[in-house]
Amino acid sequence: MEKTIAGKIITVNEEGYLTDFSQWDENVGTELASEANIDLTPRHWEVLKYLQKEQQNQVALSIRRVGKSGVVDIKEFYSLFPNAPLKTSTKIAGIPKPASCI
Amino acid sequence: MKNLVILGAGTAGTMMANHLHHELKQPDWQITIVDEREEHHYQPGYLFLPFDIYTPDDIIKTIEEFIPKDVTLLKRKIERIVPNENKIQLKDGAELNYDILIVATGAKIAPEETEGMKGEEWQKSVFDFYTFEGALALRNKLRDWEGGKLVVHITEMPIKCPVAPLEFAFLADSFFKHKHMRDKVEITYVTPLSGAFTKPKATEALEHLLHEKGIKIESDFAIEHVDNESKTIVDYGGREIQFDILVTVPTNKGDELMERSGMGDDLNYVPTHKSTLQSKNFANVFVIGDASNIPASKAGSVAHFEAEILTENILRYVKAEPLKEEFDGHANCFIETGGGKALLIDFNYTHEPVEGSFPFAGIGPLRLLKESRMNHMGKLAFRWIYWNVLLKGTHIPFVSATMSESGKHYN
Ligand SMILES: Cc1cc2nc3c(=O)[nH]c(=O)nc-3n(C[C@H](O)[C@H](O)[C@H](O)COP(=O)(O)OP(=O)(O)OC[C@H]3O[C@@H](n4cnc5c(N)ncnc54)[C@H](O)[C@@H]3O)c2cc1C
Repeated sequence: MEKTIAGKIITVNEEGYLTDFSQWDENVGTELASEANIDLTPRHWEVLKYLQKEQQNQVALSIRRVGKSGVVDIKEFYSLFPNAPLKTSTKIAGIPKPASCI
Repeated sequence: MKNLVILGAGTAGTMMANHLHHELKQPDWQITIVDEREEHHYQPGYLFLPFDIYTPDDIIKTIEEFIPKDVTLLKRKIERIVPNENKIQLKDGAELNYDILIVATGAKIAPEETEGMKGEEWQKSVFDFYTFEGALALRNKLRDWEGGKLVVHITEMPIKCPVAPLEFAFLADSFFKHKHMRDKVEITYVTPLSGAFTKPKATEALEHLLHEKGIKIESDFAIEHVDNESKTIVDYGGREIQFDILVTVPTNKGDELMERSGMGDDLNYVPTHKSTLQSKNFANVFVIGDASNIPASKAGSVAHFEAEILTENILRYVKAEPLKEEFDGHANCFIETGGGKALLIDFNYTHEPVEGSFPFAGIGPLRLLKESRMNHMGKLAFRWIYWNVLLKGTHIPFVSATMSESGKHYN
């Protein structure tokens, strides 16, 4: 489905995740963050950039992996993106929701 | 003479030995299988042990009786794989050379990954049912427990048999009803996922069942530690959940052997090509079952489908032919829902579980994603099928290694 955000039309899935990363830019990210009641600080951006890079390298993301990345520990990850950090941060970063394999 | 070595004589390794000994024969080939244990456990039975539905005798046999006579079984601990030298080192110092290696060392629980999990309450009020000892300790606890807060919990994904904790919650509901004490027990299902399951349609059906059975669900819970004193689990966000009995599925990991060999990822799973089952790093190494990092379910049924495709690929590798990129992640699981009923789900890498009929389109007799007595009979029959058909590598009629889309209701 389509959605207008930061003056731009983007396509998202049922859960609100971008389906085409090329539609993402920092304004879209900022706006998506404020929908989740988060004001992005430089620390947030470091984490978001890291997640996007991992996604590009096709690394399967998990809380454990983020915690071991050296970029942020799990405790801080939670304080930056409260409640469900991986779900929230990937949405803001414009990348797919990590599929915890079954 | 060439050597094919199989590491692990559990579900997957045993099936591979049974498949391959027909194909790679002496004097050209010698097949060796290594496992440190004496016993083969029917792990799905661990789910029924705590509720006194199965006894230990139902789920334990010797490893030996499933290994073909012309395959050498070594009952030793594997210390290290040296893939650059095509060599295995055993704990007792012996070495094995291989031309082809199959890794089937499985996955196991690692409660030590979570602070406090293996603390003083371990096997007193904190239990697992993914080991024989854990399931038995839990059985003894439940036999005369007088009620309170029962918390069923998943530490992190991936875990083997991802539906097992849900089944545990459903069976617990049924167990306490039967004992006329359901009103004395509060059951809460705690998961790091955002719902009961990973796939939307199955999540919907399963959450409906949880609701119907009065089981509370707490989602998005990433555990930080177990507080043994206050008997609570605490997540990284500070959320706390109290328990009188905690039944947890700890972090699952591959064997430490992978760490020692430098062959595993951060959870000791071996990087594996998801459609050929060849190791990503070594052409003559193949990985099957729970030991691999492929994004499929860690389940015996999956290992069974993998075994059919892997056997073909090993024969192709021997003849220097290109491998078949055929494994599609096919999984087929019964989900016990209590009260003598069960659900059945059938899915793969690309298709989530949906409603429909199985294995015959439109006829069944099993129905997908719907509770029925027939499915429960299927689950109970699975133990017989496991010992008599599955382990021997016999093809199950009408059920193909790759998933069939017919008879299923995709929108
Ligand atoms: C509670 C529970 C319920 C389940 N329910 C179901 C179900 O309903 N349906 C289903 O399909 N699946 C189910 N499963 C999953 C199924 O049991 C596993 O997926 C299956 O056993 C995987 O087979 P495997 O050969 O990869 O590993 P395993 O069967 O675990 O075998 C691994 C073997 O390797 C050996 N090994 C490992 N490391 C070493 C070493 N260093 N040295 C020597 N030996 C070693 C071990 O001793 C073991 O025998 C369930 C599992 C559990 C725990």
